[in-house]
Amino acid sequence: MNASTELVLHSSTTDTAFKSLRYPAPVIDEVGVAERVARFRSRSIKAASKRAAIDLAMRMIDLTTLEGKDTPGKVRQLCAKALQPGPGAPPVAAVCVYSNMVSVARAALEGSGIHVAAVATSFPSGMSSLKVRLEEVRWAVGEGADEIDMVISRGRFLAGEDNVIFDEVAQVKEACGPAHLKVILETGELQTLDAVRRASEIAMDAGADFIKTSTGKVSPAATMDVTYVMLCAIRDFFERTGRMVGMKPAGGIRDTKTAIAYLVMLKETLGPAWLTPDLFRFGASSLANDLLMQIVKEQTKAYQSPLYFSED
Amino acid sequence: MRQPVWKTYKLYIGGKFPRTESGRYEAVRDSDGSLVANVSRASRKDFRNAVVSARAAFPAWSGATAYLRGQILYRAAEMLEGRAAQFAEELEQQGLDAAAARRDVVRAADLLVGYAGWTDKYQALFGTVNPVAGPHFCFSTPEPTGVVGVLTPRRAGLSPFIEAIAPVIAGGNTCVALAPFEASLAAISFAEVLHTSDLPGGVVNILTGQRAELLPHVAAHMDVNALALWDASPDERRQTEEMGAANLKRCFFPQLGVGEMVETNPALLMNFQEIKTTWHPVGS
Repeated sequence: MNASTELVLHSSTTDTAFKSLRYPAPVIDEVGVAERVARFRSRSIKAASKRAAIDLAMRMIDLTTLEGKDTPGKVRQLCAKALQPGPGAPPVAAVCVYSNMVSVARAALEGSGIHVAAVATSFPSGMSSLKVRLEEVRWAVGEGADEIDMVISRGRFLAGEDNVIFDEVAQVKEACGPAHLKVILETGELQTLDAVRRASEIAMDAGADFIKTSTGKVSPAATMDVTYVMLCAIRDFFERTGRMVGMKPAGGIRDTKTAIAYLVMLKETLGPAWLTPDLFRFGASSLANDLLMQIVKEQTKAYQSPLYFSED
Repeated sequence: MRQPVWKTYKLYIGGKFPRTESGRYEAVRDSDGSLVANVSRASRKDFRNAVVSARAAFPAWSGATAYLRGQILYRAAEMLEGRAAQFAEELEQQGLDAAAARRDVVRAADLLVGYAGWTDKYQALFGTVNPVAGPHFCFSTPEPTGVVGVLTPRRAGLSPFIEAIAPVIAGGNTCVALAPFEASLAAISFAEVLHTSDLPGGVVNILTGQRAELLPHVAAHMDVNALALWDASPDERRQTEEMGAANLKRCFFPQLGVGEMVETNPALLMNFQEIKTTWHPVGS
């Protein structure tokens, strides 16, 4: 991002001239997206590639628990699973929890290299003052989170106040300090793919390290269509600025077949450089078990049952 | 002259009629060698998909009232009776003579009626109230085992197929049934009967194909709770028991009854039931 653009964005308030200047409404062909995405699902994956993809998908998981009933015991159990998901399975990328569970997760994962991600900024709605939301970010980072998953103010975005979104992302990024920032667009509330594309651009311009589809609290959560639009936005942003932004689809990805289709889409849209947990994550909890079942199926040659895999 | 429309018999999985994912078909020919129809040769992936459907259907079907299960089975008998001529013709195409085919369809319908009657009676017959030394009311009741793999008898006719699957579903289980080539036409047409009898999708899944190809996958599948292998050879039996041991699968090897009598068999039904015993405290 060049300095003059930043100046323009920060100085504008609510004028529509700003929008048309910086973020002209993109026109996304929804039918074309659906058709392209359907192709990703029809690739023939040979056995060796499938094994590699399952392994990679497991290493890309942000193992997540975001419930009001979470307890330190449950978070510790999740961390144990993150460290050792099952026989023959690699550790996952991160554990994603509410900010008051960060210290528990941090203690359980110390020295393992597994990241601790905290959802902050009044997750999942974001309906609070920016001051409170920034304070939560600083607190979570202080507790030991090295990744922050923030939500944008969807209401303000839909009201056309792009500059507000830019400013809040930029300020949260500043509050994160060394922690990585993932920006949740909550695509299920953004109505159109055009809006998804615009929100992606604003978030990346404002400093997001990752853009993420959903909180998991709104349906629909991640779909391949919105993920594809966001991946295209990341590609165009990279071509424009040279900065590699990561992608995290979250919610609704439950089986191995879907996860592999996402990896195919990732590779064919952004190239092999993005096939790393540093630049792509799955926000999921049940996906891990399905991947595990596939791994055990490869080992034993027998189809597996979810009954034999712990839910948490 | 009009070209006849030959039917390709597909599979029945999760309340839908998909083609086999393998794209393999076998030709059914009548006695003078002319083509009658094509039937699917199911693959292990078709079987895997069927188990997923059966598992998904299990909570609702096992939780349905016995009365409802009986009504649905009775409805299937009604629908079968109404299409008896079609079934008799399909059985003739696969080698039964006309009289035997008609008798077989009647027997199939009667078996369904019989098991429809059993749905709300076997609990009372096989459940017990147990005398115990203490202030407890202790009772034992049968509950369905889960997902059952049924490799139906390798015989021509619809009634052997019904004899194999009706006791399984009457007891609240869901099943994946492999029909033999000899009865493949009538078995898939029977899926249409089930489909129009309000049987929830996934309760019965019907595959056609080769037993030798699919048996190892049925026996080894960790999400199949019980297995009925009809007319098993000693080798098949040993293989099934060895592979089924991994998840303590209940394996049964029933033989077909002799003759054409209508005999529902509550012992078959009880093969696929678990006994749950409850101790309920009562005042002294």
